Amino acid sequence: MSAQPAIIELQNVDKSFGPIDVLMDISLKVHAGEVLCLLGDNGAGKSTLIKTLCGVYTPTRGKMLMDGKEVHFARPRDAQEAGISTVHQFGGTFPLMSIGRSFFVGVEPTKGWGPFKRFDRKTANAIAVQAVQDFGITRIDDGDRLVGGLSGGERQSLAIARAVHFGARVLILDEPTAALGVKQASHVLRIVNEAKKRGLAVIFITHQVMHALAVGDHFAVLIRGRLAANFMKGEKSREEITDLMAGGEDMATLEAQIAGADTELHSPAHARAAAKP
Amino acid sequence: MAALSATGRRRATLGGLVRRPETGSLLGFVVVYVFFAVLGGAVFLGAPGWSSWLNIAAEVGIIALPVGLLMIAGEFDLSVGSVVPAASMMTAMLGGHYEMPALVAILGGLAVGLVVGWVNGLLVTRTTIPSLIVTIGVMFAVMGLTLGFAVLIKGSTSVSYVPDPLTKSLLGRFINGMFNVSILWWAGFVAAFYYFLHVSPLGNWVFALGGDAESARNAGVPTTKLSIGLFMMSGFAAAFVGVAQVMTYQTAQVAGGQSFIFNSIMCVVIGGVLLTGGAGSIVGIVLGTMTFAVVNQGIFFAALDPNIGSIIIGVLLLIAVLSNDIFRALALSYATRKK
Repeated sequence: MSAQPAIIELQNVDKSFGPIDVLMDISLKVHAGEVLCLLGDNGAGKSTLIKTLCGVYTPTRGKMLMDGKEVHFARPRDAQEAGISTVHQFGGTFPLMSIGRSFFVGVEPTKGWGPFKRFDRKTANAIAVQAVQDFGITRIDDGDRLVGGLSGGERQSLAIARAVHFGARVLILDEPTAALGVKQASHVLRIVNEAKKRGLAVIFITHQVMHALAVGDHFAVLIRGRLAANFMKGEKSREEITDLMAGGEDMATLEAQIAGADTELHSPAHARAAAKP
Repeated sequence: MAALSATGRRRATLGGLVRRPETGSLLGFVVVYVFFAVLGGAVFLGAPGWSSWLNIAAEVGIIALPVGLLMIAGEFDLSVGSVVPAASMMTAMLGGHYEMPALVAILGGLAVGLVVGWVNGLLVTRTTIPSLIVTIGVMFAVMGLTLGFAVLIKGSTSVSYVPDPLTKSLLGRFINGMFNVSILWWAGFVAAFYYFLHVSPLGNWVFALGGDAESARNAGVPTTKLSIGLFMMSGFAAAFVGVAQVMTYQTAQVAGGQSFIFNSIMCVVIGGVLLTGGAGSIVGIVLGTMTFAVVNQGIFFAALDPNIGSIIIGVLLLIAVLSNDIFRALALSYATRKK
């Protein structure tokens, strides 16, 4: 790609918990204005990878680079300050708080001075509404409304807008469309696209092929802690991607096993043998 | 677009009243007050009536404020029930038994609350034990320690202490012979807590902590420090009530704070604070406290069987939780119905 170094890069990263290796030899790059779709089954190490990226875990071996320079995150706060923001499926927003208050949790705007600082509701509401509307969610126009009154897609959008507003350069979206209907999901995908246009590096975790294909530039597949595939858009066909997401060869083996087990079950001798511990 | 946002604003103010979490508590208070005013008559409406329920409200109200804050933050504090007598015992011990200056006695009493709160906070944040269980455990431990030390040092379960006139007038006086000076302290606590929760930026952290602790932590809220701070606040407030009790009654008893446990929680819940955290208001907690106190004292003025008072409070609690749910649903659906 361009000569510019990737915003975020992993070089041969391993992560082990005691004797258990969860991630092995992961090397990934995400450039500005690029969407990386991270695919993989449950237990493949996706969450560990996300948590490593956002500072919850430190890599056991290997390097993490931002803009070509090595970085070390001891706490999630460090990663946040470096511009890495994670938006979880349901998290990041507080249902019973107003949009304005929820938007500014942890970084409240204040007026007044010294110990008499006051939460600046008006400013908070105005900025929050503006930030969300800039992302094309014009339905949100009152910062005093409760977050819980928004739809799932709007809540996700609010969380993404929040991350971008606070200077995120790398946006990690943990299955943002998993619990959403078709229309709501398209809201979120549009926002992912908008974030990409603004030059953010987006890491998008999803199970849905259609969603991945709609926004992804770059795809990485994790299988049992290893990077099983790492390719750019257009390098593989939709069928191949679907196959990889569904587990690829694993799926074929599983199908064969199920077929095999089926025939075995019909033989009573085998069934009895299998029942014995 | 201009017209659109104009209608949006108008509907916001119209819906604003219903959306406010304390609307239900205000209705509850008015209904209960009118009910006892009719039964209790002029005496209840006059100074004797007001002083009697305000005195009760002030004591439980000072504790209900931080207990409410903790509930908004998603935690319970039942240890207040033993902090009240422990703090009074400490004050009476230092001032009465060891004859130390009043200031030392008071600070000693308040320190008991802060230490217990700190221990509660540490246990809740360092372990995964729910605060309900932690504070029950701490409550019994503090109760045992109070009794143990009282018997060990004084050989008795009650210690008397006669405060100097200044201390007495600041913490234990009855204004006009009726209104306990605690009412003024309560007003001060209300102002301080109102500022903390609704005006200062820190209040936002409390709501966020109760709404979703994980997200709050991710957003950079120092959740551990905040929780410990809130537990220390409730310990301090309970200790303050304990100290004021010694100054008022000039004696400290080993037992006798248990009623504060449920009463403070009831005030908070009647006041519209969500049991599971994330929502509530100081105005609501104050209204809930006043409602509780009016029922508690109105019974005597209305010449009703005291047992009926308990039934009323029980029913009130259930109605409060139900109506709060309805108001909350209204607040949430208001947004979705908008277009």
